[in-house]
Amino acid sequence: MDLRLELETSVARAVGALSRAVGRGGGTTLPGKLVWKVDPGAVDTLAARLGSGVALVSATNGKTTTTSMVAEILGEKHALAWNRSGANLLSGIASALIASRKADLGLFEVDEGALPEALARTRPTAVLLANLFRDQLDRYGELEIVAERWREAVAKLPGETTLVVNADDPVVAELAADRVRTVRFGLDDPRHARPGLQHAADSKYCVRCGTPYSFAAAYVGHLGDYHCPSCGHRRPELDVAARDIELEGLLASRFRLVAPEGEIRVRLALPGLYNVYNAVAATALALAVGASLHDVRAGLERFNAAFGRFERIPAGGKTIVLLLIKNPAGANEVVRTLETGVPPLLVIALNDAIADGQDVSWIWDVDFEPLLARAGRVVASGDRAAELGLRLLYGGLDEERLEVVPSLEQALDRGLALLDAGSELVVLPTYTAMLALRGILSERGAVRPYWEEGKA
Amino acid sequence: MRIRVGHLYPDYLNIYADRGNMAVLARRASLRGHDLLVEPIGLAEPLDPDAYDFLYIGGGQDREQALVAPDLVEKAGSLHEAQAKGVAMLAVCGGYQLLGRGYRARDGTFLEGAGLFPHETIAGETRMIGDVLLRCELEPGEPRLVAGFENHAGRTLLDEGATPLGRVVHGFGNDGESGYEGCRLGSAIGTYLHGPLLPRNAWLADWLLRRALAHASTSEPPELARLPDELEAEAFRVSADRAKRRGGRR
Repeated sequence: MDLRLELETSVARAVGALSRAVGRGGGTTLPGKLVWKVDPGAVDTLAARLGSGVALVSATNGKTTTTSMVAEILGEKHALAWNRSGANLLSGIASALIASRKADLGLFEVDEGALPEALARTRPTAVLLANLFRDQLDRYGELEIVAERWREAVAKLPGETTLVVNADDPVVAELAADRVRTVRFGLDDPRHARPGLQHAADSKYCVRCGTPYSFAAAYVGHLGDYHCPSCGHRRPELDVAARDIELEGLLASRFRLVAPEGEIRVRLALPGLYNVYNAVAATALALAVGASLHDVRAGLERFNAAFGRFERIPAGGKTIVLLLIKNPAGANEVVRTLETGVPPLLVIALNDAIADGQDVSWIWDVDFEPLLARAGRVVASGDRAAELGLRLLYGGLDEERLEVVPSLEQALDRGLALLDAGSELVVLPTYTAMLALRGILSERGAVRPYWEEGKA
Repeated sequence: MRIRVGHLYPDYLNIYADRGNMAVLARRASLRGHDLLVEPIGLAEPLDPDAYDFLYIGGGQDREQALVAPDLVEKAGSLHEAQAKGVAMLAVCGGYQLLGRGYRARDGTFLEGAGLFPHETIAGETRMIGDVLLRCELEPGEPRLVAGFENHAGRTLLDEGATPLGRVVHGFGNDGESGYEGCRLGSAIGTYLHGPLLPRNAWLADWLLRRALAHASTSEPPELARLPDELEAEAFRVSADRAKRRGGRR
């Protein structure tokens, strides 16, 4: 091993340990930030040493969950370098590479904006591009800007890289149009289609001619079975598909996974159609890097939700259910999951730090209305609690049923106090609100800190 | 009283929560006993200048804006006529750009607009993104503040003598340099501010409602009953504080 790199990585590991020791969080990005600053080329060198190559995952929604699923599928046969905590910039990838000296396979979720550089530096054997939704417009501008950067980056990929794309997302599917080594995945069960496109739907217009698509089935946002009535552009054939999907409320989903290798039935202990998408995406990528369908089924059935995305946390005879919301498409799916049994009490927490998106206008694009009509009481919390309160009031929630409690801790306690014993408090936080709530619950001994996750 | 609202291209221009603005207008009208009747106006549908008391046009991505721009040029005559007759208007972000003379892209191509607002927009190198606080004086002697969020690459340059919506206290505004934000032409307002704009700036929602009511009743803008607006005031306070702490930085 080259001496300079050896020195850099040992120093960086020590910094990570120090960061945890002084209680500054998980130390998940600090070592990488250091190496990334001193020697960005270290990422290239460390990634090139991985004998089984590198797999990357990028998307607006579901990156962390999908990558965690892939890790569960591949983890038995490979030693992974994996940015498990979701630190998905180049510095986070650097940290994961530094922390896992014995790894043979790199598995990294990558921020949409960082994808071009991650592709260039890690030279992946397979890349999963799962979806593009309008997200944090304040960070990257428009969806089309991200799509254009992806197009340029994909065009530079060598022919031997396998591109795994969501066929149900027209903009993403089109990225693979001219490539040979591709895997296309999607859903195939029109019983679960929405009656129409939702308010916040993106990519509604034909990528080739601009005519509005006609949807045989729209599953999640604009993801679905589309075709253009004008030029005939349509969803490509699916290589890996989920069929016969059964959703079991907030508990689980069952489906049949069909791939060129065969088919399996899977029970996934996660709610919602969006998690079926994550599972099909994870399957397609895992198969592309050599997993068997047996590995896929075992991995998916073992899988528990990725950190903070969906968690049940016991709290003194009651249960807190955390469901992360971060953009219109994702939040709409969470709302849809709750629709079948609207909880009597709901806490929604809106923060506006960089990781949440400083522009909070997205809450107006979420279709909260099905919940507002039936929820008994809603507590609006977080740094932008007042803004959220207005969204709910102007969306039709009775004033008497709204409480605005900016402090997350007070909102949590208020929710627990209002809740009957033995029932569940459903909390929908944005990213930093989720971290803070987990922090509060961790101080009370209800959850472990995230950097210890999975070590038991 | 019935207020007839025309919402231009809601299927194409809706990126920054434009429906929040509509929800605010509808509820604040209804709490005062008025009805807001919203009608979508799509591509290739005629715009009757006498059919509305209020016209709304929101923002979209570049692609969607390019799709509607030629249609808006077709509707330019009706828009000018409606504005001259005192129809209240709110144009946000992309809609604000498209109601000007046009948009010069970075490759030099010019996308023609409706030519209602006296301004032209030029694509810039970097986006101007962040919280904004403005000082406005829509009625002489009644200074007011407006808080919102901006996210635009275009630099909009007002013609000599044109009236901005307000002066930038924190944030970038039209072009990041002039200190102006938006444009005001009689009862028509164009602005980059979304967030959305009206929930946290209730006074501006009421100003637009009064102008729309004045048009509907062919009289002076009526007084509106005061609403408690405590949550609105709190949302404004937080948003204004954000603008002060982090607005106008690249």
